[in-house]
Amino acid sequence: MAEKHKFLEVKGLTMDFGGLRAVDSVSLEVCEGEIAALIGPNGAGKTTFFNCVTGIYTPTQGEILLHPKELPTRRLNGLKPNKVTEMGLARTFQNIRLFSDMTVLENVMIGRHCRTHSGIFRSILRGKGVREEEQQIVETSYQLLEKVGLADFATEFSKNLPYGAQRRLEIARAMATEPFLLLLDEPAAGMNPQETAELDQLICKISAEDRIAILLIEHDMKLVMNISNHIYVMEYGKKIAEGSPQQIKDNPKVIEAYLGEETDA
Amino acid sequence: MDYFIELFLGGLTRGSIYALIALGYTMVYGIIQLINFAHGEIYMIGAFVALIVAGVCTIYGFTGVSVLIIAAVAAVIYASAYGYTLEKIAYRPLRGAPRLSPLISAIGMSIFLQNYVLLAQTPDFLPFPSLIPDFEFMEPVAHIIGSPELVILITTFVTMILLTLLIKKTKVGKAMRATQQDMNMARLVGVNVDRVISLTFVIGSALAAIGGVLVASYIGQVNFYIGFLAGVKAFTAAVLGGIGSIPGAVLGGLVLGWTESFAAGYISSDYEDVFAFGLLVLILILRPAGLLGKSRKQKV
Amino acid sequence: MTDMLKEFKQSILISLWFVFLTFPLMVVRVNTTESLVEWRWMNMVWVALGSFILSYLWRYMLARQQARKKVADSGLEKQSKVTLLLEDATFRYRAMAVLLVLALIFPLAFDTYQSTIMISALIYVVLGLGLNITVGLAGLLDLGYVAFFAVGAYSYALLNHHFDLGFWTVLPLGGILGCLFGIILGFPILRLRGDYLAIVTLGFGMIVKIVLENWSDFSFGPSGIAQIDRPGLFGIDMDLAGSTIYIYYIMIAMVVFTILVTMRLRNSRIGRAWIALREDEIACVAMGIDMARTKLSAYALGAFWAGMVGVLFAAKTTFINPASFTFMESAIILSIVVLGGMGSILGVILGAFILILLPEYMRAFSEYRMLAFGAAMVLMMIFRPQGIISNIRQKYEYKGLQKETDNG
Repeated sequence: MAEKHKFLEVKGLTMDFGGLRAVDSVSLEVCEGEIAALIGPNGAGKTTFFNCVTGIYTPTQGEILLHPKELPTRRLNGLKPNKVTEMGLARTFQNIRLFSDMTVLENVMIGRHCRTHSGIFRSILRGKGVREEEQQIVETSYQLLEKVGLADFATEFSKNLPYGAQRRLEIARAMATEPFLLLLDEPAAGMNPQETAELDQLICKISAEDRIAILLIEHDMKLVMNISNHIYVMEYGKKIAEGSPQQIKDNPKVIEAYLGEETDA
Repeated sequence: MDYFIELFLGGLTRGSIYALIALGYTMVYGIIQLINFAHGEIYMIGAFVALIVAGVCTIYGFTGVSVLIIAAVAAVIYASAYGYTLEKIAYRPLRGAPRLSPLISAIGMSIFLQNYVLLAQTPDFLPFPSLIPDFEFMEPVAHIIGSPELVILITTFVTMILLTLLIKKTKVGKAMRATQQDMNMARLVGVNVDRVISLTFVIGSALAAIGGVLVASYIGQVNFYIGFLAGVKAFTAAVLGGIGSIPGAVLGGLVLGWTESFAAGYISSDYEDVFAFGLLVLILILRPAGLLGKSRKQKV
Repeated sequence: MTDMLKEFKQSILISLWFVFLTFPLMVVRVNTTESLVEWRWMNMVWVALGSFILSYLWRYMLARQQARKKVADSGLEKQSKVTLLLEDATFRYRAMAVLLVLALIFPLAFDTYQSTIMISALIYVVLGLGLNITVGLAGLLDLGYVAFFAVGAYSYALLNHHFDLGFWTVLPLGGILGCLFGIILGFPILRLRGDYLAIVTLGFGMIVKIVLENWSDFSFGPSGIAQIDRPGLFGIDMDLAGSTIYIYYIMIAMVVFTILVTMRLRNSRIGRAWIALREDEIACVAMGIDMARTKLSAYALGAFWAGMVGVLFAAKTTFINPASFTFMESAIILSIVVLGGMGSILGVILGAFILILLPEYMRAFSEYRMLAFGAAMVLMMIFRPQGIISNIRQKYEYKGLQKETDNG
């Protein structure tokens, strides 16, 4: 089988907070067309890992490399979050961070910001180009809402959406930035089984139709085992295992991490 | 050299007053992350109450230190009462509101209290009786430090020690520290958070009132506007030292006092305030957490 | 019955508490130089009665607020009739046309004095709309806004004094200088959190005033600059009345211009970025928005209007000194934005008229003006944080691809 194109390559990522090592030389890859998952017990450093990759924290050590298809490789270390998003890597948040006083549609429209160009003066003059761009922002955003099944809520305030819908809105907003890699931080948290099943379909659809690679953090094992091709397991900041869902299921280290140290005692 | 010492001591006096007021800011900020903009007004009200009480006492024949003590006690009681009421009216209904809301409410309260005193009393400066007696034993050093300065320094010092003991050693202090660390957790383990917050306002206000009485009798006049500038300066001191940190507020107060004193003495007294704010901007840019503050990573 | 009794008891206690609280300041007035004490016992009666009644009102309002919050949380919030009416575009255009006609005939119908008052109200409209960009849209609390106003006023006064430059030359220059100062202030404080930002801007405002007061060689110190030229009109000499009417029309044009520009900005890509920044900074940058650039543009564009209208202010009064640029001015402009409704253009305009004209026409109460402003800021934050008129939502037209996705 031919080597797949690597989108994201993280080598030996380490993040210290004062004396605490939250992430300890973790390496990880996400390839084109892949759905990868990052799992592990609470406090294993998964979200910190995300924050390093997306530029919210600057990692203490290690390399974060992004390999877009048409463009040269970029090193993401120390890049500002907005630059990372511009490179084509978008994310959602574990504890939902929507713009609560904006409508659902406007939330997605914000995602279009980095792919559009009207500046201050052109916006004031509001010429034909600007109006066309505006209309395009609206259309694209609305289509994304249709994709995630929120078209009916377009004019609602995002704070009034039910929990599961808010998570899907975060996905739509992230997709509006036209990423080739999407980082989802616990997308199924707080969802009921039916909502989770819908999410399962949505993620697969995004992966298949939009050719977006996905890396997700998730606690819902059923979802993870269902959709991901490759799984990484973290515990206490370290990567303890990786492999296909079947390999992970059978890995004694993983079982131990999840069941605690009982087997040792 | 004498000039230097004079400026040094002047800065120390001024700085210790800033520190007294800054403590109120820092304690409140530490617990509810709010700049209590009206804190300067509490200080001003403390000074005004002291002036009124001292005036009445003097007219009815009290003299000397007894007036000072009665006035100071009244000022502390009233300032605390105002601080308590302020929190109940202007801040408590806004818990959990967007961050700007309580701040705007605080600014509104500051404007309200200023104008309340202006209308209830007078827009003019009132002469404040010099309540602090001149000590004989200070004669030999009187050219560099006067009795009022000495009283200010000693009072500040004692107050700080009492406050530190309160926070470190008592049950109330423990509850305050717990609330500062994590309000929800403190509530879960049975701390009455509302009471702790009220208490913080009361203590902070009492400290400001002490500062108010000291400054007013040192400078010798009071008006409705003195709280505003003092408040902004004290807040500067709190930020300088690292907001939320009690030793930081003291250090910040002293650094600010010295900066102003030396800048006024060696450069120009017209631009005293410019140096104070310049220092604030500089600190915030170079070290936003302040001199003794811990930088907190924002949780995402 | 017991509830009523309980409330009654509570109100009595509150009333007593306020009597205690206000006693020294409201009752006693000492004159230490002549050893006189004035006792104003009547004030206690007013305080007791007032706080008793207000405590009932307070409880009622809090309960109502809570009920409304519950409705809002359930998402069943109904829009008020006013909002619905205002969202109707045709109504909006008609109302605007009527208002514009009224504004245009105003100076012909009333005397110079009325026009002068109206000019100052319009100046505050522009100031409010400018600050609305920084505070209302981008959520950056600026407590030193009046400094930019001073920059504009002084640039006209000085350029006119030294180089004899005319009003129309300096007008855009004032705006640009305001912008520049906004950026200069904005740069160092980009990284600061909201409340630190407030204090630094406050400090900045005070620094500007202190410098104007003390750097006499530059600014003529506290005595200010007099005999600034009024705006010229092709060299025609005008008397005071004529000139006032002329300035009034310039002001109307400026207000219209400001409304147009701020409206377009708000409904643009830039405006949305400001609002997103206000709502959640981290999510905002994670969506690819450059925080530094967005914040700076909000500062600069907010300052622009203050700088520009500052030029007009200097030309209108023909005399300026640092006393016109105190923190209280910043506070008044801020209360206009807060009371009107943060982010709401119509609300800010209305807020400016209410806050400036009301004390002007109710002279008897004018000394209570600032007291009322302060109280209103607190009450608005608690009971109506969205302001008098909440932001009107923009409507978007979209077709969507519903059919295709249904099949797919």
